[in-house]
Amino acid sequence: MSELNKINAPAKPPFWRDPEKRALAFQIVFLAIVLYVGYSLVNNTMTNLASQGIASGFGFLSTNTGFAIAETLIEYNESSTYFRSFLVGLLNTILVSVIGIFFATILGFTMGIARLSNNWLISRLAAIYVDTLRNIPLLLQLFFWYFAVLRPLPNPKDAIELGTNLFLTNRGLFAPKPIYESGFVWVFMGLVLAIIATVILFKWARKRQEATGQLFPVYRTALALLVGLPLVAAAFTGFPLAWDLPVLKGFNFRGGMSLTPEFSSLVFALSIYTSSFIAEIVRSGILAVDRGQTEAAFALGIKPAWTTRLVIVPQALRVIIPPLTSQYLNLTKNSSLAAAIAYPDLVAVFAGTALNQVGQAVEIMGMTLAVYLFLSLTISFFMNWYNSKMALVER
Amino acid sequence: MTQFVQRDLSEEVVIQLKGMHKWYGEFHVLKDINLAVKQGERIVVCGPSGSGKSTMIRCINRLEEHQQGQIIVNGTELTSDVKNIEEVRREVGMCFQHFNLFPHLTILENLTLAPMWVRKIPKAEAQATAMHYLERVKIPDQANKYPGQLSGGQQQRVAIARSLCMKPKIMLFDEPTSALDPEMIAEVLDVMVGLAEEGMTMICVTHEMGFARKVADRVIFMDAGQVIEENNPQDFFDNPENERTKLFLSQILGH
Amino acid sequence: MTEQNYAVGRHPDLPPPTNSVGVVYWIRSSFFSSPMNVLLTFFSLFLVWQVVPPFLNWAIFSADWFGDDRSACSREGACWVFIRVWYEQLIYGRFPDDQIWRINLSYILAIAAAAPLFFDAVSRQIKTALVLFLLVAFPVICFYLFYGGSFGLEVVETSVWGGLFLTLVIAVTGIVMSLPLGILLALGRRSDMPVVKSFCVVFIEFWRGIPLITVLFMASVMFPLFVPEEMSPDKLVRALIGVALFSSAYMAEVVRGGLQAIPKGQYEAAAALGLNFWKSTALIILPQALKMVIPGIVNTFIGLFKDTTLVLIIGLFDLLGMAQLASTNPDWLGFAIEGYVFAALGFFVFCFSMSRYSQHLERVLDTGHRN
Repeated sequence: MSELNKINAPAKPPFWRDPEKRALAFQIVFLAIVLYVGYSLVNNTMTNLASQGIASGFGFLSTNTGFAIAETLIEYNESSTYFRSFLVGLLNTILVSVIGIFFATILGFTMGIARLSNNWLISRLAAIYVDTLRNIPLLLQLFFWYFAVLRPLPNPKDAIELGTNLFLTNRGLFAPKPIYESGFVWVFMGLVLAIIATVILFKWARKRQEATGQLFPVYRTALALLVGLPLVAAAFTGFPLAWDLPVLKGFNFRGGMSLTPEFSSLVFALSIYTSSFIAEIVRSGILAVDRGQTEAAFALGIKPAWTTRLVIVPQALRVIIPPLTSQYLNLTKNSSLAAAIAYPDLVAVFAGTALNQVGQAVEIMGMTLAVYLFLSLTISFFMNWYNSKMALVER
Repeated sequence: MTQFVQRDLSEEVVIQLKGMHKWYGEFHVLKDINLAVKQGERIVVCGPSGSGKSTMIRCINRLEEHQQGQIIVNGTELTSDVKNIEEVRREVGMCFQHFNLFPHLTILENLTLAPMWVRKIPKAEAQATAMHYLERVKIPDQANKYPGQLSGGQQQRVAIARSLCMKPKIMLFDEPTSALDPEMIAEVLDVMVGLAEEGMTMICVTHEMGFARKVADRVIFMDAGQVIEENNPQDFFDNPENERTKLFLSQILGH
Repeated sequence: MTEQNYAVGRHPDLPPPTNSVGVVYWIRSSFFSSPMNVLLTFFSLFLVWQVVPPFLNWAIFSADWFGDDRSACSREGACWVFIRVWYEQLIYGRFPDDQIWRINLSYILAIAAAAPLFFDAVSRQIKTALVLFLLVAFPVICFYLFYGGSFGLEVVETSVWGGLFLTLVIAVTGIVMSLPLGILLALGRRSDMPVVKSFCVVFIEFWRGIPLITVLFMASVMFPLFVPEEMSPDKLVRALIGVALFSSAYMAEVVRGGLQAIPKGQYEAAAALGLNFWKSTALIILPQALKMVIPGIVNTFIGLFKDTTLVLIIGLFDLLGMAQLASTNPDWLGFAIEGYVFAALGFFVFCFSMSRYSQHLERVLDTGHRN
């Protein structure tokens, strides 16, 4: 009996064998090493910067740049500030990325679905498209579009004319620019009205189906609304749209709107390259849906078209969306290749030209990297949120 | 052992297979299948794996296509005419070995999807029917859960209820209990027995011989794509005629 | 059809009816099964007709294959003379001609060491030894072969390295350096120690969130700022360090995926056997995890291989860079397409074979892990 009283709590091991203490010691040492390396990096950088006479701080952002930028979405000239040049580059990156994402998605989904077609020819052609474009570096594709396709186009004097008033030249694609006259606001209102009407239509049709079981041709009606209403408004106001035609004056076209070869080749290359990855994602997403799902739906008498919409697509999208957003992020990062063909995106303008002039590498690279990191982290958060929201509920 | 009593069945033939052949590429998977199923009849199909029994019933609702011979279901001949196929599938319900519930929809939505979209039934009415059948299969409380939250036996019962919501005239079962843990097989078989007693025409591919003895009007044995033997349950199990049938029965009933 | 009656169970195997099998049936069902399908078939045939014959004509039939200089190019089709003339630069960069044997020697060594890995007949000990050789000894040998300066070999500065040779150097160095670093990062990210875990998470997310171009800019512009003035390494080394750090973050995620897929039972079994963390990781967990993610590693390698083209931006000339350089040479202006086609072919052959191999591996290795 008395032996039981002698049983104490287990003896604590000496601290060099105690896992908790060891972990703590390891982390302290690790932290010390990281801090030391960080400190020496910073120290070296400051010494080197000082010895090269490069300033520190963000004051340079309010000084004039002195250089021009070929394409801008906002007002910019040689006497604008560096901060403005940063904005111009940022907006150009966003522009190229958004347009690239748009086309890449359409192309990618088309090719992915074509890959699954029963038609041997179509699925083979889609497979060749995907396999070829995935295995050729993006930079090479960019160079191909820029140096081999768009730059060799003829001078404006000998421009290739597509249809009427559409000119292909080595200075860019020139097209008529629409000028919105006063009555156009009604056409725009017509479109807004049509959109609102479509949303209401969808809601109403769903309620009607739940109440009576009958189906209403929503898609056809929506299309008619979205096209018809603005058209009717245009007819009533006498088609208030004029065109600013591109006219050859001297060595170049004046008027109209233009897409430069730099912009076009970047968009082409990014869209086509990313679409080949998206096609594979779409294909594996659709294949991931168990064949039994289709069979069960068919056995219940559901038509193939509705089976796809109600049963396959929701399940396929769950699998497709995470890697799809990954590809969108890749496209945005890849837009930095603009530096290779002198399209003024964020990297080319700010981390390229501005850095060369100012020399404050740390501040400039820091700002540039911060932009990309912000985008990456935002997309990561979105993906995590989406995954947890859409995860199939299981026990 | 109670004598098998032949039930009074209506004379109306609802499923007719005449000289049906099917090939997968060069492989002759179904050879000269002839079958006539009357209204209200219950048929159990058994046989070793690879015998073509699942393929045969999947031809009845055109999940598989036959290349030669005729299949006539509820007076409609199955051809590649899409309209015919949809008509047939509306009246023939099917339960799969792996349940195939739609995982992204709740149980209630699983049951109301087809009635709303195929039979164009209003939502409230479809939901009422769905709850009625969920009570029939004894799981009304699971209506708002997702399939992933249910056990295997519960999922299969939901699958049966889902088919029943379309008010089919015929039910096909493709090994409904083969993927279930043993303790859940009984609950599913009970539902099927209940269905049979209400007069549903059923064709059931299964290894559950107890079920066959209890409920079947006819037991069909298939091997290597052919119908080898066909008889009422008592004579089938007690006096099998063909050598292959005897061999199969000894393997399946032996343990 | 004649009625044939067979004994029960004795129906013979008959061939399928002629209209449901064979080439005619396949053509009908694949191409002409519906009006939309017919339309698509004709559209694709039209596309093929418009693209393939002109391309074949340009690339093969009207092309110039023989000659020594520009005058041999008739410009009716592709001028492959351009490639012949520039071939050495495209493959070896501006490496001195009489030293090219050093590069060829390394290729032969690599193939000789790697080829036995593909055959099942070779024993596991030999395969492990070969892999260790390739990962550890071979890079050291290559360094001395390529750079020289010892063993009586003359020094070849990295500024003249180029072409396919440079692409391979960057890609292989990137992968070899990023593999151990990636493993450490993946283990660190899964660690329970908050300091180590946060460091690894920040490190990985940082390098994965920025474009490779900015990494290369940083490597060439900022790296000299980070080190004391005396220690300015040459451009290629800076680029290699940047590429290795960049690639290690992606490798870490790939390895982490493998570690997560190992069932908990393996960790428990290793612990039950008395193995500490490092021993169980090295002997039990990592071998399984790495084997599982070999396809992922190969995919990362393919991505890295394509990304090496970006070194053009900082003035290093890989295969694409040399093709670009060649096509801007004043004597040879206007042959950009031939250069790009050749470079594209080179990349395609490498990347496509690697991705096919990775798919093959996925199929073969899949049998080992049935969860």
